[in-house]
Amino acid sequence: MELPVISNTAPASEGGGCSSSGCGTAPDALGHLPDHIRAKVQDHPCYSEEAHHYFARMHVAVAPACNIQCNYCNRKYDCSNESRPGVVSELLTPDQAIKKVLAVAAEIPQMTVLGIAGPGDPLANPGRTFETFEQLSVRAPDIKLCVSTNGLNLPQYVDRIAQHNIDHVTITINCVDPEVGAKIYPWIYWENKRITGVEGARILIEQQQKGLQMLTDRGILVKVNSVLIPGVNDEHLKEVSKIVKAKGAFLHNVMPLIAEAEHGTYYGIMEQPEPTPEQLQELQDACAGDMAMMRHCRQCRADAVGLLGEDRGDEFTLDKIDVMDVDYEAAMVRRKEVHNSIIEQLEAKRGNVKPKAEDLGIPADSRPVLMAVAGKNGVVAEHFGHAKEFLIYEASPAGVRFISHRKTELYCGGMDSCGDGDVVGEGATESLLDRNIRVLEGCEVVLCSKVGYEPWAKLEAAGIAPNGEHAMEPIEEAVMAVYKEIAVTGKLSPSSDARKVA
Amino acid sequence: MALQITESCVNCWACVDVCPNDAIYQDTPHFLIDDGKCTECLGDHSVPQCAAICPIEMAIVDELGAFLNPPGSLTGIPIEKLKEFGLWKEAA
Repeated sequence: MELPVISNTAPASEGGGCSSSGCGTAPDALGHLPDHIRAKVQDHPCYSEEAHHYFARMHVAVAPACNIQCNYCNRKYDCSNESRPGVVSELLTPDQAIKKVLAVAAEIPQMTVLGIAGPGDPLANPGRTFETFEQLSVRAPDIKLCVSTNGLNLPQYVDRIAQHNIDHVTITINCVDPEVGAKIYPWIYWENKRITGVEGARILIEQQQKGLQMLTDRGILVKVNSVLIPGVNDEHLKEVSKIVKAKGAFLHNVMPLIAEAEHGTYYGIMEQPEPTPEQLQELQDACAGDMAMMRHCRQCRADAVGLLGEDRGDEFTLDKIDVMDVDYEAAMVRRKEVHNSIIEQLEAKRGNVKPKAEDLGIPADSRPVLMAVAGKNGVVAEHFGHAKEFLIYEASPAGVRFISHRKTELYCGGMDSCGDGDVVGEGATESLLDRNIRVLEGCEVVLCSKVGYEPWAKLEAAGIAPNGEHAMEPIEEAVMAVYKEIAVTGKLSPSSDARKVA
Repeated sequence: MALQITESCVNCWACVDVCPNDAIYQDTPHFLIDDGKCTECLGDHSVPQCAAICPIEMAIVDELGAFLNPPGSLTGIPIEKLKEFGLWKEAA
């Protein structure tokens, strides 16, 4: 069955900026990019939504020091149960990092990308960061290198980044206005002083913008990450998106703020609200008119290993890699085979001609429907109760587009398992099932390989139709098939009162 | 005169890289300052560099045990909130 799959940029009817560039049928948000950039990102899971189903990444935690404070970060935190930026279990020296990368690359041939992302700021640790990159570029030339930074030290290191062949850089830019910045960054360390408030934010913003321009001038791909902080920078991020696009950033990743009191962050303790999934989607759609948006980010740890959304770090702890014997020359041959076969598969998929939705008998005025999918590797794969996250898709007459992922296990279970016992967690009386159903708010259908009796009843009661009919089918096809089934019932027509299909 | 690192230290290495005297060394359970080498940055910088970059309140003290970055000074979290969450101390 051939199905329309559209990009995850906003629909052209909303004035999307890519309507004339042919991304309407691209399988990811990058269809508007020139071929040479597409070729650069087609196997990069953090830059291509399509690639993230097949290719894996890893981060090595060699960069502990930081030179700014963000109100959503607490440097005390080190909890192995957590998955969020800035958190690691085991800090590595550059030599240990090389060993780990070679072991992972040999064991997981789909691993194409090595990033340094913390747990502090990589460019506040230039010695450790660049030594790691330098060694890797010699010993594992088939691995793409990338780095994430807050941007403060970026201008002074742009040339070294270019020199080490690091062609993907992520800058976290939360604002372009120092007044807004002062509410996000209490201080920076700059020219041997701690600088607070608006002045600190002003310097940070200036350096970020300068660094962004310097990178794009050198042809280095830049992704901009922004943390959506309701009431602080939500409206402002639309302007950020415009400005970074004008400076040549090619992808904008707006991520939701994580702010829980038990993390001990300023925002957590001060009860700063996190955005709802609806708020996040609304802002991503608003920014999508200005540039390609990334929606598959999993906000991973600074020592994550594996496909996005999974973490195989436990298989590669220092004691385990110590006894692994890696023949990297042999591994490289095998890796090349695996990469080629995946790329071939993707190209074959891309060549498919997608029919229009009306060919499937779906009326053009049908309303869009959000569906949650317990998916893995691009297919409906998981048991409802086993899904660690749901992928949210929107089906509409224009086709199927990926919207976001929603985690079911919300980070840390509580203070018992995470130490730092001074801080008392709140609540946590809600059952996991109830909580997971609440996570699916706004969705009308949940697709999974199987659903148990108890969740089935609770899902129906919550107005979410459970569907286990499409196990192991490709996600987009399954979503469109269900959308068509709903369309046949007449529940999608504008005149229908039935907002919910269940 | 020399500064000291307390048990609040999270071993993030930030101070090691900015100390003009190479006075900070790795130890267990946390980094320490060699009091023979520490000059509190006199003659090199207007403020002690370890305390200027340290992200953790109460982690660096002077000879009298006074915090160079007292509770609330870096995060801006009000003292009553710090007390509520057990994150407040008057002195080392």
